[in-house]
Amino acid sequence: MLIFILKRVAGMIPAMFAISILAFTVIQLPPGDYVSTYAAQIAQTGEAVDSAVLANLRERYGLGENVAVQYFKWIGGIARGDFGQSFEWNQPVTELVWGRMGMTALISFLTLITMWAVSLPIGIISAVRQYSVIDYLTTTFAFLATAVPEFLVAIVLLYISTMWFGVSVGGLFSPAFENAPFSLAKVLDFLQHAWIPILVIGLGSTAALTRIMRANLLDELHKPYVEAARAKGLPEGRLVLTYPVRVALNPFISTIGWVLPALISGELIVSTVLNLPTAGPLLLQALKSQDMYLAGAFILLTGGLVLIGTLISDILLAISDPRIRLS
Amino acid sequence: MSDETILKVRNLSVDFPIQKSVVHAVRDVSFDLKRGETLCVVGESGSGKSVTARAILQLVAKPGAITGGQILLDTGSGEVDIVKLGSRGLAIREVRGRRIAMIFQEPMTSLSPVHTIGHQIVETILLHEKISKEEARKRAAALLGRVRIPEPEKALDRYSFEFSGGMRQRAMIAMALSCNPEILIADEPTTALDVTTQAEILSLIRELQRDRGMAVLFITHDMGVVAQIADRVMVMFRGEKVEEAGVFDLFERPQQAYTRALLGSVLKLETPAPRPPRPVAEKPIAKIENLELHFPLNAGFMGRPTNYLKAIDGVSLTINQGETVGVVGESGSGKTTLGRTLLRVYDPTGGQVMYWPSNGEPVDIATLNKAGMKSLYGEVRMVFQDPHSSLNPRMTIYQTISEPLRTNTDMTERQMMDRVSELLSRVGLPPDIGDRYPHAFSGGQRQRISIARAVAVRPRLIIADEPTSALDVSLRHQVLDLMRDLQTEYGLSYLFISHDISVIRYFCDRVAVMKNGKIVEVGDVVQICERPQHEYTQNLIGAVPRPDPRLRADAPQ
Amino acid sequence: MSAPFDTAKDAELLDQQVHAGSLVAASQWALIWHKFSRHRVAMVALVVVVLIYLVAAFAEFLAPYDPGKFDPRYTFAPPQQIHLFLTDEEGTRFAPHVLGYKSQVDPKSFRRLFQPDPEKVIPIGFFVEGQPYKFWGIWEANRHFLGPVDKADPFFLIGGDRLGRDLLSRTIHGTRISMSIGLVGVTFSLIIGLILGGISGYRGGLVDRVIQRVIEFIRSVPTIPLWLGLAAAMPKDWPPLQVYFAILIILSLIGWTEIARVVRGRFLSLRREDFVIAARLDGVSEFRLIMRHMMPSLYSHIIAAITLAIPNMILAETALSFLGLGLQPPIVSWGVLLQDAQNLRAITQAPWQFVPGVCVVVAVLALNFLGDGVRDAADPYAK
Repeated sequence: MLIFILKRVAGMIPAMFAISILAFTVIQLPPGDYVSTYAAQIAQTGEAVDSAVLANLRERYGLGENVAVQYFKWIGGIARGDFGQSFEWNQPVTELVWGRMGMTALISFLTLITMWAVSLPIGIISAVRQYSVIDYLTTTFAFLATAVPEFLVAIVLLYISTMWFGVSVGGLFSPAFENAPFSLAKVLDFLQHAWIPILVIGLGSTAALTRIMRANLLDELHKPYVEAARAKGLPEGRLVLTYPVRVALNPFISTIGWVLPALISGELIVSTVLNLPTAGPLLLQALKSQDMYLAGAFILLTGGLVLIGTLISDILLAISDPRIRLS
Repeated sequence: MSDETILKVRNLSVDFPIQKSVVHAVRDVSFDLKRGETLCVVGESGSGKSVTARAILQLVAKPGAITGGQILLDTGSGEVDIVKLGSRGLAIREVRGRRIAMIFQEPMTSLSPVHTIGHQIVETILLHEKISKEEARKRAAALLGRVRIPEPEKALDRYSFEFSGGMRQRAMIAMALSCNPEILIADEPTTALDVTTQAEILSLIRELQRDRGMAVLFITHDMGVVAQIADRVMVMFRGEKVEEAGVFDLFERPQQAYTRALLGSVLKLETPAPRPPRPVAEKPIAKIENLELHFPLNAGFMGRPTNYLKAIDGVSLTINQGETVGVVGESGSGKTTLGRTLLRVYDPTGGQVMYWPSNGEPVDIATLNKAGMKSLYGEVRMVFQDPHSSLNPRMTIYQTISEPLRTNTDMTERQMMDRVSELLSRVGLPPDIGDRYPHAFSGGQRQRISIARAVAVRPRLIIADEPTSALDVSLRHQVLDLMRDLQTEYGLSYLFISHDISVIRYFCDRVAVMKNGKIVEVGDVVQICERPQHEYTQNLIGAVPRPDPRLRADAPQ
Repeated sequence: MSAPFDTAKDAELLDQQVHAGSLVAASQWALIWHKFSRHRVAMVALVVVVLIYLVAAFAEFLAPYDPGKFDPRYTFAPPQQIHLFLTDEEGTRFAPHVLGYKSQVDPKSFRRLFQPDPEKVIPIGFFVEGQPYKFWGIWEANRHFLGPVDKADPFFLIGGDRLGRDLLSRTIHGTRISMSIGLVGVTFSLIIGLILGGISGYRGGLVDRVIQRVIEFIRSVPTIPLWLGLAAAMPKDWPPLQVYFAILIILSLIGWTEIARVVRGRFLSLRREDFVIAARLDGVSEFRLIMRHMMPSLYSHIIAAITLAIPNMILAETALSFLGLGLQPPIVSWGVLLQDAQNLRAITQAPWQFVPGVCVVVAVLALNFLGDGVRDAADPYAK
């Protein structure tokens, strides 16, 4: 098992490298280099530009040298925990990203758990009771949920809560707790706010997962081993849960690989609409003002988050499926 | 043998509604099963034999349903009608696995892939008996030992995918027997297995039945298996019972026309067909020498392969003009691969395949270039096993048969149409069906179309890869007779690949026996079938169930 | 050998139809249509999709106004109701009309408040003369499908936006951009997906492994941040058409993977099919083998994949434009229109600005149902 995990971790290295190249490309894409943009920015505000500072910056990022050198200087910095400088905030990127990324990771994780908790039982019921009322309702709802963009759900929710209930649903904390130290009350307050983004972000993927679970289980339900287990006298409920569901669970676990990227994408948009203190609004702001080191850091980190998620799903899959573990 | 009846099936009917109509899968079928006897239910595909077996355990798949009749099980304290028990609830579950157990056709998929063998057997025992887990485990290990699985203790903790097909079927049997059922239903339990494995499983079932005095309901399509294990036989056709008789009576004095036809087509394959006369001086058409096809195993991304799968491992074989050479072997012996390698579907990794074309010098197919192969495709042709997958469903019959004419001749469209009509009549089909698609034809008809495609360009050598295996037994000799007629007409040579020794004996002049990519024995077909020299061939021939109950050890003199 | 009964069922059904003589010479398209047409929801979806694309095609004619026409007097004008009958001193008669607005400015919020004005009857009709336009940029015309008889009258069937533009006209024109983004974007994806997926599946080996790794990687990257990153790099001074195509390419860069996956999978399994090997042994050329023997098995699957890819394109464009990094005004797409519905103030004041969102949902839903139906019918020979 340990060897299996180590192998998987080693297998992640090329993907991590590719993501870093991608993030670096995004940093490099806008015309003009970072320091000239920075200089222009400062000049606009009417302040004097300190040429020593600029030269220092050029040296630090290897500007003017070839792209490979710039890449290695950038990635080398990251290895030491230095993601570069955000010129818009005039702060090191490191100070800006971690808190926000932490929130994004937390929200994504909670959404993932919620999604599984919801889609697993519904998927099972709608497969076992195929063509029943529940199945039709689920199917209709699933189609609808995949067709509605997350941000639209978020706005409609905002609209409804404001117009009908007179409460605002934005943010993740009440103002009173925003800067309060960690406490149980703060956690409760967080959960009170967090269920809305979790619901909105998870809606589409929950629907998709329910469909997948249903399809997987329908495939399994008519396999010979189910019939064989029935022939030995197992009660139907126990039969379904211990045999076909157990097998259908394996492809279900491996859906993390594509659900997580979708979640993070959804989180980005929804947090912008709901104004959450996560990576989304900051990344959007950074991109609009071409604050590229900040944006690059976010893209790199979201990619990393997905890789970690995929690793976890691989490990879970190996635990759950002897065919993978033993071959 | 006790005469006590344990199961009475009375007027059983099972219907499957489809779209707007209903298929009567089983119609008004009645029979008795006595303690300690083996009743074989035999029939071709679609005869309703499997559905009958499933109905007894209330396992008919939806939307099918039992629509009438009784299934009366003697429980020792009176009769229970299984039809009335329904498909759910405690009462039917007490029957399943406890009183009546079942084993299935597909040993590869009938065991759960994510549970250990031991878990699945122990679960069955604990379902029906109040004993401790340890005791159940002990009994499971004993059962595995009884079905002759080596190291039963260790086998308990292994998964089904770690076993071969035969071993899985043994485990399946162990599971079925775990609660000492009074009836064992076996639904084609050996169909998916090789013939030597089949022989072992059959003798195991027979032995266990004698030990325990179980009644066995054995579903099969194979008359050879019937002759070997049945006490009584019930013949089914299109959902109805045709005839029921003791096994010796049935084979000697079949009463119904259908039974006679079925037995006739089986027995026909028991004697070699008359062979077309051949020239006295043998002239080779193809000579295979030390042919090898090795696939690298465990090859890393760039690294060297550490091992090779030797699919063909030094095969030498000569096919003479006008001759039919059979290749027989079990699954994984490399016989299909050999056929395909001869036409370079796979490129051989060593050896030679000399071929003597109609005009010109012999060529080595193993190293022939593209242009050379192109000129060869018209002379050496192939017929495939599965007539469903070898015809493109999206092309009409005319398009399919004319394709080789288009690429290998200069015929005009008009000439091709005439030729295709002529070919269709030649293979026994109406000549005007060129505009139809394959889905309009049955398996036997499709195989005739495949043969028409193969002979369209007047080939000299045809590689026939199990051309009759996917067909019901009543169709087999018809297709073989057609192939033999064509052989006489065109002066064809055949390389005939099959796992079925009776088909080989019926059709071939010489036969090569293959095992693990090697030929273990070559010789005249009569000599190989009657006096096999090699030990493997002896086992193989000995394992083939002959459709003659008089050959049984317990046959009355 | 003896097939379990339930799998033989379909074959038997087919047999019955065949023996009835109806389908013996039916090509795959006839069989696919036969199967598809029994899928009722998909049939409805097909009609809806056709209608939506007709709206996109005839946008200039169907929209009462040019999408850019604004009138500050009608900022956030609410939707008008169509009255079929007019009752006045002469009695009641059939005379379709809408009512004009009475407006006053709320002294506190400085918002304009509208009331329907029963005095101002605005007759409406079909094929009315209105603003002149160039149909498809070629033919001069001034007839509109539906509009006020007098083109100077206000006509806001689903309301106006913050500049007093007619939301209906804008939504209809947005249909053209949003639906064409889907279609053209998928064409790009299809070209990349077909080539790379085809090579991957047909050639196999190292090429296949490399392409597979690339696809896996692209699918593991969260799309929105990447799209945003690429879109943000676009120079701000690009002309609208260039932005349109740049967005298309950005979306296709990721969208092709699904089509490539389908194509590869089919090619891989086709390559091993007996009928393909049989064709090769007939001596047909490589080109003919692919085009004549393999591709026909692929068309229906590709159509299904395309149909299912279009809604994803539409959703992606909508999201990008909504976030302000996709298409930019004056181009009108559903996503661009939804930018106006971004903040709470705008939507509480004019909730009809959700209408383009409803259009997105309907279009995506219809395309998904359609694609589902096509996918189910795509292989009429499957057992």
